[in-house]
Amino acid sequence: MEVERRKLGRVPAPWEQPKTGEELRAKQIRAREMLRGDLTDEELEAYVERSVFTTTLEKGLNWARANSIFPATFGLACCAIEMMSMVTARADLARFGAEALRASPRQADLLILSGRVSIKMAPVVRRLYDQMLEPKWVIAMGACSSSGGMFANYAVVQGADKFMPVDIHVPGCPPRPEAVLHGFNKLQRMIQGQPDLGWRQRYNASGTEEWARLEPGTPSPEAIEAAARAVEPTPAAEEATDA
Amino acid sequence: MPDAPGLELIAQEINDSHPGAVTETALEHGRATLVVNPGKVTDVLRWLRDTEEQRYTFMSSLHAADYLPATPRFAVHYELISRERMERLNVKALVADPAAGNGAGGELPEIDSCVELYPTADFQEREAYDMFGIRFRGHPDLRRILMPEDYEGWPQRRDFPVGGEEVLFTHNEIDTPRWFE
Repeated sequence: MEVERRKLGRVPAPWEQPKTGEELRAKQIRAREMLRGDLTDEELEAYVERSVFTTTLEKGLNWARANSIFPATFGLACCAIEMMSMVTARADLARFGAEALRASPRQADLLILSGRVSIKMAPVVRRLYDQMLEPKWVIAMGACSSSGGMFANYAVVQGADKFMPVDIHVPGCPPRPEAVLHGFNKLQRMIQGQPDLGWRQRYNASGTEEWARLEPGTPSPEAIEAAARAVEPTPAAEEATDA
Repeated sequence: MPDAPGLELIAQEINDSHPGAVTETALEHGRATLVVNPGKVTDVLRWLRDTEEQRYTFMSSLHAADYLPATPRFAVHYELISRERMERLNVKALVADPAAGNGAGGELPEIDSCVELYPTADFQEREAYDMFGIRFRGHPDLRRILMPEDYEGWPQRRDFPVGGEEVLFTHNEIDTPRWFE
């Protein structure tokens, strides 16, 4: 089989374009003028706009967190083999800044539950999770740690979220490394506050948040919907009245 | 494996020295089995191990089984090997369930331990106890081996409910008793 190599067609951003010598020189002179205090109002505005971008501290922090996750070196069962190949050259977790697998939960941000959790192991896993420092995230990898999988018996916990919070569930038995990487990318987006994981919007379930339920006197979404239906006549009912 | 006459011969010799020890013999699928009286299982095993012509000196497995609708309900199987002749022999002791009939769950079926004869039986008897609740009389340290120590129930019995189990956080309770309150 012949391997075809080609460059990926990404258009470089303006600031990545190679600069000519004159442009660089002009930029240098501009910076010197600014430092001397020669730039006045509009020119100064333009200079700042070109060379500074603003963000919130939180956004910057989340960006840094999402791109430097340290997973714990922790395997539970056969899924751990797939998890190991996630770090190898083919899948390469290092692309997402998570190649530093820490051997101690105290240094780790992410716990990947790779395999079934037996009821004897569950307290140990929970202790590991408790020893991790905030902020921390958990990926339940595979069917077993998500729901018990094929082990519906006396020895295995039926889903790791019975005893610890889980952020991402990756299905599969075991999942391919690519699938776990996909889950990992979802986790990164979740950390950066992107609404890709907004299952409430997808399932049309806004109003079911815990805080919304806890507020006394808050009507349930079903009640709101029922009330709306009572006020607005349905199209069928309108047709009936017209006739 | 002893052939059919050989098996009968072994049963005969055991019954001569220990009357009533072997109740039945079975030879199926190339597997010779002596069904023995559970009260005399250690006598039979000692005879099989020490008699010069037998020398079944190696126990490859000890395991229990639950034949629920049948009575007696439980059985303990001893898989023996004679390393000199490479012959296998299965000894099966049927153990009745003392809780059968009266519905009480406290009593456990009992059988003599053979750790004295075969040291490997130590962990295997613990496993049989753990999974089936068969108590081995004279075992030096009979406690659960696979399940958590405070686990309740005998999970591989046939009347054990199938389904998920709750998580027991006894691990944390060693340091901080009643931590969850």
